[in-house]
Amino acid sequence: MRGGSPASPAAEFIAPLLHGTHTGKECLPGLGLLTMESFFTRFKNPLVLIAIVLLQVIALAMQVQRPAKDPDAPTGAAAMESEGAAPDGREVSLLRRWTVTAVTPLEAAVQISSSRVRGVWDDYVNLRQTRQQNAALKDEVARLREEEASFAEDAAQGRRLQRLLAFREQYALANVAAQVIGTSGSERSHVLYLDKGSADGLKPDQPVITPDGVVGKIRDVFPHTSQLLLINDPSSGAGVILAATRIRAIVRGTATGEVQIDDLTADSRIKVGEPVITSGGDLVFPRGLPVGTIQSIAPDPLHQPYTAITIKPAADLNRLEEVLVITATSATLPPTAAQDAATAEATAETNQRAADLVAGKLPSLQPSASASAASGTVNSAAGTAAAGNGASGSGAGTTQPAPDDPESQIGGLPGITNSGLPRPKPALHLDRFSPGATPPAVEMTPGGPPRSPGSAQRQTSPGQQPDQQR
Amino acid sequence: MAERSYTSREELDQYGFHPGVTIMAPVVCILLQAMLPKTFPWLLHLDLPLIATIFFAVSRRSPIAGTVTGTLIGLFQDGLTNHPFGVEGIAKGVVGYVAASLGFAVDIENVINRVALVFTLSLCQSGLLYLIAHWLLGQTSYQLLPVDELVSAVANSVVAIPVFYVLDRFRIRD
Repeated sequence: MRGGSPASPAAEFIAPLLHGTHTGKECLPGLGLLTMESFFTRFKNPLVLIAIVLLQVIALAMQVQRPAKDPDAPTGAAAMESEGAAPDGREVSLLRRWTVTAVTPLEAAVQISSSRVRGVWDDYVNLRQTRQQNAALKDEVARLREEEASFAEDAAQGRRLQRLLAFREQYALANVAAQVIGTSGSERSHVLYLDKGSADGLKPDQPVITPDGVVGKIRDVFPHTSQLLLINDPSSGAGVILAATRIRAIVRGTATGEVQIDDLTADSRIKVGEPVITSGGDLVFPRGLPVGTIQSIAPDPLHQPYTAITIKPAADLNRLEEVLVITATSATLPPTAAQDAATAEATAETNQRAADLVAGKLPSLQPSASASAASGTVNSAAGTAAAGNGASGSGAGTTQPAPDDPESQIGGLPGITNSGLPRPKPALHLDRFSPGATPPAVEMTPGGPPRSPGSAQRQTSPGQQPDQQR
Repeated sequence: MAERSYTSREELDQYGFHPGVTIMAPVVCILLQAMLPKTFPWLLHLDLPLIATIFFAVSRRSPIAGTVTGTLIGLFQDGLTNHPFGVEGIAKGVVGYVAASLGFAVDIENVINRVALVFTLSLCQSGLLYLIAHWLLGQTSYQLLPVDELVSAVANSVVAIPVFYVLDRFRIRD
């Protein structure tokens, strides 16, 4: 075939394109093989690119299809978070652990080094200032000033630590203080790295806070490092309550790094500046932790009729240095809070007793002893008096407080033991709707003619039993 | 008669790097990218690993090397985020390929060309990340923020000038 038969038009067209050094006739004997070889040679670069991209797409698909299944993960939290908030699967976690293990020691080393350098620099600056002062002032004054500065620094540090300690006692049973050593380095991923890990008792989904408020939660844990997912990450979420209106909602992060509530419709009760606290409904964050304050309320154009309520986080998420990871919470109150609650309960009991004593001395609010004793019985004498003046309108079979009794005048319905309620004025013209005008049910005949108030009153005249009337 | 040699532009401008530089430069860029925003949050707009990817791609002028370098740097970055592995890997792999391919066509020694290249590829990467998040991961909440992307592109272009200048010192002509 070599040089024998003429090349086909297709081969003549393809061969020069695929391989510049071959003519159409040279390509003919092994046209298929050469074509394939030339194809791969010529398109080597894009083919490699396509292969690499394809591999990563497949890897992406596998990661998205197989998220980590944690049977202990709280369902409430899972419902309000997307995939980015869940811990990785086993294989992915291994890859991420390698990456983090490679980077975080360097980050920690740089962090420590920078702290020391900063300290040395501060010392140098302080020393220069001290020397200048020494040149200007006497040695004793300079020493005192230095001591004063040192004491002030210690006091500031002490106050800060005291505040941190007080916060720890207030909210959680057990927590771990951790230092931020790095970030994700991506604008789209609001993740920080802490210098504490599983060796320190940290686990995924543990809440992370500062004395100012909620920061986020632990996403992934490594032996000596952990990944903190901030509340402004798009995959983050938390159950909250608006402190003033007590409306429950869910806060989420946005692509721009803001914290928003986007599941509420317009409500005039919600105002800018209203504090937002955790509700505890997500089973991650304890109830009552400050999240932030409402910064703005605007209609959400993408999700009508909902509003986009932007929250200003209580904690400065951009400048976090030290955080607290809550490692254990308790259904019972911590000792200090329990003591406070017991004190409050005792105080409330004492106050209640004092109120009862005062109430006992107030005649208007105290039921009369005679009324209590005669409750449920017919007071003939009182009933006679009532029938005589015709004002009370009370019927037979009911208690009849004396009209002149100041207690019965101030409170209580006529004929009923003083309930403390205002007493209605007596009716000028009695009708069948007047209190006490209706006869007892035992005296009424089904289908019988209606009785006038007067007759009813006559029937229920004091000293006469209904049976005697009939 | 003077002897003429026919050497392609690819061969003329192709550079290599010491293995230590090849490994350490991206690692340092990733480290700085992870640490600096802790102190200076606004530096999150920067993408130092992207600058390293573009530099190595255009210096080597090999699309395959550019793709591999970009992919590895991107995967390393993915490891530090809460995204699945491959998001930054795909984006930076494509950017490395395009940068190496463009390296044939333009004079990369020119500062203006460098700035324009980094600016364009920075925007290109933002678009790729958006497509990956929307089409591959189905993250509808992922938004393309034009102003932020432009700011990032400008910041990357400005920072790329000194970074390229420093890394130029480590080039070895093949």
